Amino acid sequence: MTRIYLPQDAASLALGADRVLRALQAEAARRNLALDIVRTGSRGAIWLEPLLEVETAEGRIAYGPVSPNDIPGLLDASLLSGSAHALRIGRPEDHPWFANQQRLTFVRCGVVDPLSVEDYRAHGGFAGLERALTMSAEAVVDEVKTSGLRGRGGAGFPTGIKWNTVRMTPADRKYIVCNADEGDSGTFADRMLMEGDPLTLVEGMTIAAIGVGATKGYIYTRSEYPHAVRTMNGAIAAARLAGWLGDNIKGSGRSFDIEVRVGAGAYICGEETSLLDSLEGKRGQVRAKPPLPAIQGLFGRPTVMNNVLSLAAVPWILAHGGAAYAAFGMGRSRGTLAVQLAGNVARGGLIELAFGGTLRDLIENWGGGTASGRPFRAVQVGGPLGAYFPERLLDTPMDYEAFARAGGLLGHGGVVVFDDTVDLAAQARFAFAFCAIESCGKCTPCRIGAVRGVEVIDRLVAGIETVKNFEVLEDLCELMTDASLCAMGGLTPIPVTSALTHFPDDFDHKLRRSAPHVAQAAE
Amino acid sequence: MTQSTSSHQAAGIASPGLAPQWDAAEAADIIAAHAGMEGATLPILHALQDAFGFVPRESEAMIADALNLSRAEIRGVVSFYHDFRSAPPGKHVLKLCRAEACQSVGAVALAENLLRRLAVEWGGTTKDGAWTIEPAYCLGLCACGPAALLDGEPLARLNDSKLAAMLRDTGATVMP
Repeated sequence: MTRIYLPQDAASLALGADRVLRALQAEAARRNLALDIVRTGSRGAIWLEPLLEVETAEGRIAYGPVSPNDIPGLLDASLLSGSAHALRIGRPEDHPWFANQQRLTFVRCGVVDPLSVEDYRAHGGFAGLERALTMSAEAVVDEVKTSGLRGRGGAGFPTGIKWNTVRMTPADRKYIVCNADEGDSGTFADRMLMEGDPLTLVEGMTIAAIGVGATKGYIYTRSEYPHAVRTMNGAIAAARLAGWLGDNIKGSGRSFDIEVRVGAGAYICGEETSLLDSLEGKRGQVRAKPPLPAIQGLFGRPTVMNNVLSLAAVPWILAHGGAAYAAFGMGRSRGTLAVQLAGNVARGGLIELAFGGTLRDLIENWGGGTASGRPFRAVQVGGPLGAYFPERLLDTPMDYEAFARAGGLLGHGGVVVFDDTVDLAAQARFAFAFCAIESCGKCTPCRIGAVRGVEVIDRLVAGIETVKNFEVLEDLCELMTDASLCAMGGLTPIPVTSALTHFPDDFDHKLRRSAPHVAQAAE
Repeated sequence: MTQSTSSHQAAGIASPGLAPQWDAAEAADIIAAHAGMEGATLPILHALQDAFGFVPRESEAMIADALNLSRAEIRGVVSFYHDFRSAPPGKHVLKLCRAEACQSVGAVALAENLLRRLAVEWGGTTKDGAWTIEPAYCLGLCACGPAALLDGEPLARLNDSKLAAMLRDTGATVMP
């Protein structure tokens, strides 16, 4: 019996993994071959998906991207013994695209069966939780403080300090809420982890619960992620069955359980206070802070609110020590960042790297340039509220502070590449339009400002009173930045002003008439 | 679950395939099954939409009663979230991504062409009841766009001809 690994990550499925599976099963039946097919997550090389792996004496040998039509040829070429073929990648761990990463959080993603506790254990899983169960709450929190871990959702707040606030706040009930409302365009790391190695998130949340004394956890994720919801629910059930979740975890006397909740298509619910209101069953409107969620969060109780990737970094930190994690990275950005290389890029996917690499290295060396083959023109980092950078800023290192100095933000690590057909005035308009659609409506600068922003950009590109309208735009951006209640309205000016600063020609109605991208867009 | 109505067929309108008729008893069962949860509103609304294809207006008062909230509060929640439909969808629901990563690989023109060919607007259903086209702002398929979810199944690297082939497969009326 030969073991085959085939991803069922949503991206792999979108690229035909299930069609490959059916072709493989049919062809194997025809040839009387016995196969043991394990469905995994993705290793993150979306450009190689579907990536099929065969277990051989030399290890797992990968082939990709595989289409159903390739299956007969692959079997003719003795796929099952890992032999040569045009699609052969070799051992993934030897391939430079994987070998040059620093995989800590995603070390098991794409490798293990996401629903198998046994497989998870065999790959080092639950070592962090086992250790945490022998430690005091304070020692668990201190370990996370030592690691220098900062919130991976975008704000970059030190995770250990947040946990300590919750730990020190007395209450009858405390919550761990995992923010898995990954709405930023260009990001898919949370989805990949929930589909490929969900037990890491279960373990990270359980360690957080021990650190702060919480008994109930919620994972708030997206209705756009039906596969992640299914796998996450399956993993929670498997962990419960194996005694790693629920009452009296592994005989420790500690109890903690997790429930998955699904949002309903509102981007704003990725904002932590809006998420809390949504979890409570209300409209997802932003709350004024203070009180901090760490003191009065879900149902008024002290609540740890962390992104998927913050919580998923914790098992490694507890297993290997905070200092080992802090040894990766630069400046005040310690550890690794799961970069999601997306958009118009030849080799897109998830690349986990220590902080400090440059955008240029990511786009040119990892990404291999644009997918279209046309010249690079712009990159948006950090989702719809992130800045558009031109070529001359590509040497900016991936570091929270370096990005802030360059007028941008790292956000959740999404990097969206655009070729020279992009119209930055259209992108700036979209930033306002998106804010108008997704604003929760609670504060005026965001609710009204976004609508006015669309109108002003329309007037600018039409050449109507441009001097006056540039002034209005500047004033509007300043107001939204300073007076919005949360980051939605407060950061929407970032894509707008960065587009305006770095690509002013796109906003000049006279120059637009002869610009190639505008001519193309009008076709 | 009650079978789809005959009133649509009687009126000569193709019945939207997935949407069973309003059934107060079934709605009551769904609400009761979730009412004990912390923050039960969204789980109830999702379960109702799973059963009926949309959130029937009639259910709002029932949810309000079960959760000891006002009807206005429930109406406010239903109308806040993009997901919750106020009318049954078509037989197939295509959620097409409109966000930046998909824009960078041609999603804007792709969507414009599709809507024009089907003669619908965002959120609209084709006259034959076969297709509902909804916008999505990121499906997490950003390294293989343009992306979509077709009845919950992910699609990648879409283009005009792939979408047209899909439409033809379902017998949709497509303008050139």
